[in-house]
Amino acid sequence: MGEVFVVTSGKGGVGKTTTTANLGTGLASLGHKVVLVDTDIGLRNLDVVLGLENRIVYDITDVTGGHCRLRQALIRDKRLDGLHLLPAAQTKDKTAVSPEEMKTLCEELESEFDYVIIDCPAGIEQGFRNAIAGAHRAIVVTTPEVSAVRDADRIIGLLEAAELHAPRLIINRIRPRMVRHGDMMSIEDIIDILAVDLLGVVPEDEQVVISTNRGEAVVMDQRSRSGQAYRNIIQRLLGQTLPIMDLEDGSGFFGRLRRMMGLK
Amino acid sequence: MKRSVWDVIARFFGRDTGSKMAAKERLRLVLVHDRTNISPQLMEMLKQELVQVISNYVEIDEAALEVNLESSDHQVALVANIPVLMVKRSIHPA
Ligand SMILES: Nc1ncnc2c1ncn2[C@@H]1O[C@H](COP(=O)(O)OP(=O)(O)OP(=O)(O)O)[C@@H](O)[C@H]1O
Ligand SMILES: [Mg+2]
Repeated sequence: MGEVFVVTSGKGGVGKTTTTANLGTGLASLGHKVVLVDTDIGLRNLDVVLGLENRIVYDITDVTGGHCRLRQALIRDKRLDGLHLLPAAQTKDKTAVSPEEMKTLCEELESEFDYVIIDCPAGIEQGFRNAIAGAHRAIVVTTPEVSAVRDADRIIGLLEAAELHAPRLIINRIRPRMVRHGDMMSIEDIIDILAVDLLGVVPEDEQVVISTNRGEAVVMDQRSRSGQAYRNIIQRLLGQTLPIMDLEDGSGFFGRLRRMMGLK
Repeated sequence: MKRSVWDVIARFFGRDTGSKMAAKERLRLVLVHDRTNISPQLMEMLKQELVQVISNYVEIDEAALEVNLESSDHQVALVANIPVLMVKRSIHPA
């Protein structure tokens, strides 16, 4: 029996799809059998982020509507054994799938895969309710901004109400330099406010954009800091306890000076 | 706004003086409202009923009446500021 995770955020554009692609790719690269489900109906994205956009024949609404079998709609990534995608429909709207149908779909998927990761659309309407319907655990993504943290707080409340307890938080796009200068909320600030478990922190990184341009996941880039951040998150998902990585490079004159003066 | 020398030095060494303090404070306040789920309409109703009750005892300045939710470390309080114009001379409890 596999585990079903939903990646959600409330606010749009904070990195749900990027997170889903990286967690899925990373888990598959460790030998797990993974399926990623795009529930952002009408705004299909996960396929292009994964570089699988040219292989789509059927989509999630074809499966829930009984127009094809699940097996026919699943796209297998030829570059990485074990990674699969169930794409969203592009020309329908979010009511084309119901929460009940999603639940049934997730049950079928979890019997076949080690990990089912659901990419949730932005918002708190039906798309959100569909995405969480069949999930066992939730991963909430936020960025260090007032609006994103506020929406994360709202989502955490709604998850609790839907009995998806103990969601875990990923803070994305953190900029260590701004945090150091007191111009961006820190990890501690955000955790303090939201009072949830921290799953990981991903720095703002150009390499995310570069990898995404190529339809690859940055988690496979051994040299990038964001790739390392995603690999750490995966280890934590797998049950390891791992310290949050030091996002400051700490090198250079001021880094050394700050450390010398005990200012971290 | 003029910055003190110390402020500049503190900022340079990464002390909490930047715009994140504003972000945190604003977040805290907005979340107090979000979490308590009290709508502006509900606040208005609460205010009106407060006015009614209090007016039985004292004459108050309705226009200047303020009722707000405020947060201090992990505690939310309903804070009312009710300017009194005149205390009624005789109060006959019902
Ligand atoms: N750590 C990062 N560093 C730099 N860019 C990032 C990072 N994370 C995400 N991005 C970029 O931010 C944009 C939005 O990311 P993404 O599509 O994953 O967000 P989303 O939450 O899925 O958005 P939506 O709500 O529209 O579905 C993308 O262009 C992505 O490449
Ligand atoms: Mg997305």
